[in-house]
Amino acid sequence: MTDVTRSEYCAVAIADCFADDGEIMGSPMGLLPTLGARLAKNTSNPLLMLTDGEARILKGTPPLGQSADVVEGWMPFRLVLEAVVPYGKRHVMMGATQIDRHGNQNISAIGPWEKPTRQLLGVRGAPGNTVNNRTSYWVPKHSERVVVEQVDIVSGVGRARAEAAGKAATRFHDVHRLVTNLGVFDFNGPDHTIRLLSVHPGVSVDDVRAASGCEIHVDGDVPDTRTPTDEELLLIRELLDPKGLREREVPSD
Amino acid sequence: MKAPSKELSIDDVVGRLESGMTLGIGGWGSRRKPMALVRAILRSDLTDLHVVSYAGPDVGLLLAAGKASKVTYAFATLDSIPLEPLFGRARQDGTAEFREWDEGMFQTGLRAAAQRLPFLPMRAGLGSAVLENDPALRTVTSPYDDGEELVAVPALTLDVALVHMNRADTQGNAQYLGPDPYFDDLFCMAAREAYVSTEQIIDPAGLTVDAPLQSLIINRTMVAGVVETPNGAHFTTCTPTYERDETFQKAYATAAKDPDDWAAFSERFLSGDEDAYQAAVKAFHEEAAS
Repeated sequence: MTDVTRSEYCAVAIADCFADDGEIMGSPMGLLPTLGARLAKNTSNPLLMLTDGEARILKGTPPLGQSADVVEGWMPFRLVLEAVVPYGKRHVMMGATQIDRHGNQNISAIGPWEKPTRQLLGVRGAPGNTVNNRTSYWVPKHSERVVVEQVDIVSGVGRARAEAAGKAATRFHDVHRLVTNLGVFDFNGPDHTIRLLSVHPGVSVDDVRAASGCEIHVDGDVPDTRTPTDEELLLIRELLDPKGLREREVPSD
Repeated sequence: MKAPSKELSIDDVVGRLESGMTLGIGGWGSRRKPMALVRAILRSDLTDLHVVSYAGPDVGLLLAAGKASKVTYAFATLDSIPLEPLFGRARQDGTAEFREWDEGMFQTGLRAAAQRLPFLPMRAGLGSAVLENDPALRTVTSPYDDGEELVAVPALTLDVALVHMNRADTQGNAQYLGPDPYFDDLFCMAAREAYVSTEQIIDPAGLTVDAPLQSLIINRTMVAGVVETPNGAHFTTCTPTYERDETFQKAYATAAKDPDDWAAFSERFLSGDEDAYQAAVKAFHEEAAS
């Protein structure tokens, strides 16, 4: 198949985040993470457990925007908070209004906590997620305002802060990946800082650096994000997102 | 001997609240919130409330009306609209005191209160800004060989809890019929007194005719009063009795962005009693349909 779009590279990069998770609950927050997790369940990790985003565990993978499906279990909020997050068999992919060089994430507010210039969601479950189960992040519009030196309010905890908080905070701490519209990152640069793993085709390392508000570590030559297989493109285009909602979140240039 | 009915009116319930109380509100975001009771508080002369809530429009409205001087929350959202505009304005203007916890910590704080414990240990919060922004929070060290230092989540003890359920009987046995109980039983147990508003008060014999036993998450020992408020969670969800009124919520969120629009919205919908509110909502939809 031809003309792979940027959003489709993002979808497979997100799917790859869940590839080696085995039988755990995937908690993708938002559109592209949901697409990627459903793609992983159809390809690299059929054991992945996914919900409708409310209280039902779904057997299958309905198209984006739909949740009608065979239900294989019950997952109300109370069980997420008391029987999945601390249990640890989970991989959450959250959004990030800010994410910094040390892997701290902010979804709470912009500005000083006492009187923010822009109130956002609050910390939600980010503090608990990051010290209990594998956590990845998705940023649809990589910019120097989002990828920053230091977040304003630490909602999701990066490695250095987890280590400073003691072994109870590092025991299950596992910030896995950051996927953006420009590339794929982890936090295994020097002192657990942000490191560029791949750039999506059409994006250069310089593009990534220019769009970032902090230094981005690079080990040698940075490869391109892998091309989706024909099967993956078929799944994305025909089964999981026939309406092309992914293009709204990550428009093609 | 027949047990006396706990059935109250909306005004009876609000009459039992006092300024300065810590008030827990059940539901989650824009889901099954006791909105009829919240609207009644807006009409009352109550002030200086400390509101504890998985916040949605309940908290936004109480802040905008100057009823809440302190809020404990993990998030504030309208769900289908990500941000709660009245809550956001109160945070940005600093019009109240705010305590922001992780949403698991919040549940743990309610559970500690329900079990009459001073705290419960938990991992969530470690390393995050939560501990910095709420200096009252402390850690606790395990007395066992692991020696782990964990967050000592203090009990979220409430004076009063308000929750909304699909059905109840006059004694306070109450059930949810949707997919999620949220945390309403914990709110009731964390409170000195809990009041249940409900779509329908029925005979207890009816509660399990068409719904499973385990939908009865609230029993009468947890409840001080019951009030029938049909459509009382509006505009939030009360699945399966009704879903969220998305059109109305959108009108709410849009009006909340501008002080003049908000004044007009308040005048139209929030200046009368609950019957007047429901009539105004009906008229709003008839207008939209014509």
